[in-house]
Amino acid sequence: MRTLTYAQAIREAHAQLLALDPRVLVMGQGLWSPWYAGSSLEGLDAEFGCARVVDTPVSENAMTGMAIGAALAGLRPIVFHPRMDFMLLAMDPIVNQAANWSYLFGGGGGVPLVIRAVINRGGEQGAQHSQALHAMFMHVPGLKVVMPATPFDAKGLLMAAIEDAGPVLYIDDRWLYGESGEVPLEPFTVAIGEAAVRRRGSDVTLIGVSWMAAECSRAAALLEYAGIDAEVIDLRTLKPWDKELVAASVSRTGRAVVADGGWRTAGASADIAAEVTERCFHDLVAPVARVTLADAPAPARRVEELAYYPGAEQIASAARSLLERKAKRAAA
Amino acid sequence: MTNSTGWLINRWETMTLIRRAEERIAEMVESGEVGCPCHLYIGQEAIAAGVCAALRLDDTVWGGHRSHGHYLAKGGSLAGLFGEVLLKATGCAAGRGGSMHLTAPEVGILGTVPIVAGTVPLAAGAAFAYKFRGEDTVAVAFFGDGAMEEGHVHEAMNLAALYRLPLVLICENNLYASHMHWSERRVADNLYRAGEFHSVPGERVDGNDVEAVYQAARAAVERARGGEGPTLIECRTFRWRGHVGASFDLDVGVERRGELAEWLPLDPLQRLGDKLMGRGVADLEQRERAIGERIDGALEMACER
Repeated sequence: MRTLTYAQAIREAHAQLLALDPRVLVMGQGLWSPWYAGSSLEGLDAEFGCARVVDTPVSENAMTGMAIGAALAGLRPIVFHPRMDFMLLAMDPIVNQAANWSYLFGGGGGVPLVIRAVINRGGEQGAQHSQALHAMFMHVPGLKVVMPATPFDAKGLLMAAIEDAGPVLYIDDRWLYGESGEVPLEPFTVAIGEAAVRRRGSDVTLIGVSWMAAECSRAAALLEYAGIDAEVIDLRTLKPWDKELVAASVSRTGRAVVADGGWRTAGASADIAAEVTERCFHDLVAPVARVTLADAPAPARRVEELAYYPGAEQIASAARSLLERKAKRAAA
Repeated sequence: MTNSTGWLINRWETMTLIRRAEERIAEMVESGEVGCPCHLYIGQEAIAAGVCAALRLDDTVWGGHRSHGHYLAKGGSLAGLFGEVLLKATGCAAGRGGSMHLTAPEVGILGTVPIVAGTVPLAAGAAFAYKFRGEDTVAVAFFGDGAMEEGHVHEAMNLAALYRLPLVLICENNLYASHMHWSERRVADNLYRAGEFHSVPGERVDGNDVEAVYQAARAAVERARGGEGPTLIECRTFRWRGHVGASFDLDVGVERRGELAEWLPLDPLQRLGDKLMGRGVADLEQRERAIGERIDGALEMACER
């Protein structure tokens, strides 16, 4: 099979969707710019025309609302927010309108819309260009939230999102754009709501999403050196997340580390940890550990960024602590 | 055709239907049978009746929290409206939304929502879809003067002008946003000019004159259908009842008695009725009775389940 980067996989999914379905269009900021979306949308305007790849004025709110209206009138728009921070200006159309529409209007007429948002952490961009706000959206009934971590899922989840009858928030992370992996050439979908086991293991379950899923795999390699056999689960979809798969794994390993690139308080990790505790209480031999951002705005200085963003080492360290707890108890 | 007596009778019937249906809803609000918040349109009927007369069945209408009139004027089912305000399964939204959430896609009502300017960008999006597919359908956004104070109306006007969307923006200026008079919210009384900066032409009309509303709407719809882009129409009017509920605002700390006394003689329905009687139409009472029977029947149907 071919190898593509994450960014190339996103681009290929867009190109195939535009080619296959005349109802599909992409609209948002930076679509005619060579750098806003990295290479993830490169040249689509030249290939499909500016009427279907629409670079819009700086109107996050009305542009997103317009995409909802277009979806309700029969199109299949993909809205693009190149910096998730700016998408906060579109909270009304996303939360009040798109998410509630199907329920409010009697269960028919959902909004078949994909909203793509990019997390832009790092690069000394400061607190308003760095935020990972996925937890805010997973809170909302009526929204689905997918966060692919691999090139394969980046393509398959975008194609699944456009097939969905309701609004799907597709969040990608610029830090993943260079990751490479095998991706089929033909169109395919990855089922929304299904997590993937990236590594089988018996001592502890590492649960991550998006960039942190990739970090969990690196943490498992570190743990292997220490003789710890970690299972790695990439959630892939954050809403609805795959509770059955996660609970089955944690029930077997007895330990769980939840790794999330968002903040700690009321973050995605809090929901996952609570659910795991409820479902696996009698199988747990240690409390569920969480590796998250501190409850603080993102710093700008490179050296502070390095301290601010946890990764494989912090995840591995959290896993080791869980196993040491057991050892201590056994010794006592 | 607008001047023909038959056309005027037809508009009078639509306005009477809205008035009497809402009076029935007001009674049910007062009796407690209706519990969801109802924002009544009484006094503004000429706007919905005038605008919708300029539309085709497939043109779409988007509204806000005060949209019973838009729904009925575009042809939404009366039983569906009653069912919805009563939160019954017979409602147009299966009783899940209530008075502020009306839908009837079969006649072009794609949705009304109470985030006051919430559907303005959505209407622009529908217009975008029609243009994208090369259709000549038109989308109409109804919103109030308060909605004009939300930023996305202005974003949407720019987008609609930029893409020359087949969109008609109907700002129903009833002078109040909830309890606040326009002069407490703006320096200048000039909403019809709000589109100038975005290259959206604007016009102000007497919103209590169904013929004037229709003329303005027809011109705007023709412009939109002809590919010339959006138009803003400010319709001056006054709502007789309170912001929400059946009262006349006298019981919620807003004293509008003097203003209401000035506006009651400008009753759009009475004006049209007088004109028709002046033309020798003698059967308005019979027509009114028939509308009353229609309302009774629809209410009965709405309550059946």
